[in-house]
Amino acid sequence: MSGQPETASHGEGQQHPIGLYFKVWILLFVLSSMSYAVDYFHFVGYLRWTLILVFMFLKAGLIITVFMHFAWEPSTLKLALGLPVIAIVVFIGFMAVEADYTFLSRLTFMSGGT
Amino acid sequence: MHLLPQPAAWDEIMASIPAVNAKSSYWQNLVNDWGADREVFKLSWGKLMMWIFLLSDTFIFSIFLIGYMNVRMSATDSWPLTSEVFALHVGGADIPLLLIAIMTFILITSSGTMAMAVNCAYQRNKAATFKLMIATAILGASFVGMQAFEWSKLILDEGVRPWSNPMGAAQFGSAFFMITGFHGMHVSIGVIYLTVVAFKVLRGHYDERGFQIVEITGLYWHFVDLVWVFIFAFFYLW
Repeated sequence: MSGQPETASHGEGQQHPIGLYFKVWILLFVLSSMSYAVDYFHFVGYLRWTLILVFMFLKAGLIITVFMHFAWEPSTLKLALGLPVIAIVVFIGFMAVEADYTFLSRLTFMSGGT
Repeated sequence: MHLLPQPAAWDEIMASIPAVNAKSSYWQNLVNDWGADREVFKLSWGKLMMWIFLLSDTFIFSIFLIGYMNVRMSATDSWPLTSEVFALHVGGADIPLLLIAIMTFILITSSGTMAMAVNCAYQRNKAATFKLMIATAILGASFVGMQAFEWSKLILDEGVRPWSNPMGAAQFGSAFFMITGFHGMHVSIGVIYLTVVAFKVLRGHYDERGFQIVEITGLYWHFVDLVWVFIFAFFYLW
């Protein structure tokens, strides 16, 4: 999976050994099965959420870095695509705080209505 | 007295910072690429535009998922149990999330065939590229078909509406139809896009200008799979 970032894009585009794609493909299958198993075996609470997030980020990472060839793209592109994503993280924080406030307001003033 | 460090002094300053010094060529290249009056992205315009489009699409899907998080956190009614709502009745037992799991595997399989198609395209194997891209499109179409089945089951049998449902918080329906509907639309567009490019490959449309279009189409398709990873985790499993 590693050891070839230098030989990355020669010729007209991204060319990598087909074995690499197969390995990632199998890994994605395994990870999907594992995230399905989290639900199937009724894991609950923090264990459930942690496992869901871990499998999700591993799958997303594999798809982006290998299938979308992000690992071998020039650093300018990595920066231009990576930095804006920080805004999403900030926005998640904002909206979580806002949702919390709405929830408490509803409990206080609406006595159980939605 | 100079207010700004002179070029020679600047190099000394940079060299004196251990973290910079360790990867100096990396940062040097990055600064050179961004700083000078020259081409920043050493990519073809088609690929760069697809990446920028995907970044904007990332924002759209993020906003949908953040909106879902917001209404779910602020709902005072209990959220419907997705594990039960999306269960499939097979052989006298309810298997939780069965259809969703099958859809997930189909999309991952299609991502694999797409990666193979890109590989074959750069080897100029047009027949194999065509077959793999059509296989990807068929898998995508079957995904949309299963989604149509899922929607009709939810609407007709379970009575889920965008404004209400019998299982709990009313926000469940609107979040579900918006998020999966928008994703399904992306898959449908991807199927059309793949089919068009596949036939153009077969007809020899790219023989002279090169086959990077297959990689660009692949970027879009992998992105659709990527979005599903997040929807699967946050909407179905959470």
